[in-house]
Amino acid sequence: MQTGRYTLPALPYAYDALEPYISSTIMTLHHTKHHQAYVTNLNAALSQEATDVTSQIALQAQIRFNGGGHINHSLFWKNLAPAGTGEARVEAAPRLVQAIEERFGDLGKFKERFGKTLLGLQGSGWGWLVKDAEGRLEIETTKDQDPVASGKQVILGVDMWEHAYYIQYYNNKAAYVEGIWNIINWEECEKRFLGQSALSL
Amino acid sequence: MSFARLALRPAAFASRGFATSAVAAKHVLPDLPYDYAALEPAISGKIMELHHAKHHQTYVNSLNEAEEKYATAVNSKDVKAQIALHPALRFHGGGHINHSLFWENLAPKSASGGAPPTGALAESINQTWGSYEEFKKVVNASLAGIQGSGWSWLVKDKETKQLQIVTMPNQDPIVGKYAPLLGIDAWEHAYYLQYQNRKAEYFSAIWDVINWKAAEQRFKA
Repeated sequence: MQTGRYTLPALPYAYDALEPYISSTIMTLHHTKHHQAYVTNLNAALSQEATDVTSQIALQAQIRFNGGGHINHSLFWKNLAPAGTGEARVEAAPRLVQAIEERFGDLGKFKERFGKTLLGLQGSGWGWLVKDAEGRLEIETTKDQDPVASGKQVILGVDMWEHAYYIQYYNNKAAYVEGIWNIINWEECEKRFLGQSALSL
Repeated sequence: MSFARLALRPAAFASRGFATSAVAAKHVLPDLPYDYAALEPAISGKIMELHHAKHHQTYVNSLNEAEEKYATAVNSKDVKAQIALHPALRFHGGGHINHSLFWENLAPKSASGGAPPTGALAESINQTWGSYEEFKKVVNASLAGIQGSGWSWLVKDKETKQLQIVTMPNQDPIVGKYAPLLGIDAWEHAYYLQYQNRKAEYFSAIWDVINWKAAEQRFKA
């Protein structure tokens, strides 16, 4: 079997560790099937030889989608943590929370605004808290598996594809969004905010 | 079966006890022309129920809200507000249109669901793709290639009458140049409870409940 350049990263916790907010079934499918498919298809796209510009452009769409899927999910797993752990306490992110308060008023207002952005996505996509080139915090969305533009530091990402919640929440995506605040890895978010966490792919 | 049952019925709306609007009647969720479980085993009753009673209903409600805001913006000649509402109209209006067409172009096996196309439409499919089998392969490849949420459609070019397969992102509807004949929903909510990540199995199974009679009617129109 040919080994590709990219591999599926191990989850930093057990599949059932995020319950009851994200079920073990969802985590297992999401990681071993969906994320694995992005990795497999990314490696397949990268191993293709595109010798003319037409096929190169066609390949770019595959690399963008599957590469984006690999990047986004790798970020997502790391910015989640089991509820009740030290990492999942907002106190683990003092500098980030200060910046959030300065930018959005208070943490509650930020959560409200972030949640509204997530629920406003039309179709598949992601919601992000990012730090832009000027060091300013911004909430943004990307469609499908588009990754956040280079030059912006991802602090926190939330997957709003239906496969991220449907088996447990069905159409009630608001409940998924509400629950996810219990399993945010604030320690990781703080590291990203301070530039101390580089994503290795 | 009656296709009129699925037409958007402003008349039914007043009888359901909604407040009437001076501008226009509101959109209502069309009844399904079959039971939720009627498309099993291709599509589970649970999926059909959520898809119709929750997802489609939400598109209808949000479309009505957007139209109300739009009417206000038109009345006050606020063109910026009108333009700002376009994405909501497109998404929720598209969702209402697409699902209304989708329910109609599905049918239980007992109502000829899955029976291959006949007549002029069958001929046109054969001319374009060689055979029905080949056509299904091309549609399934288009469905599998959707990156994110969206739909695949068999459409007729209104001018040339040629058939074509097109995919649309999210809830973008088929309007303008093409007439929609047959739509297949490739959003995850359309199959995930039953097929999870194995979407190719859903794409393969759905042909057992395709209502070609509906597509033939649309082709003639």
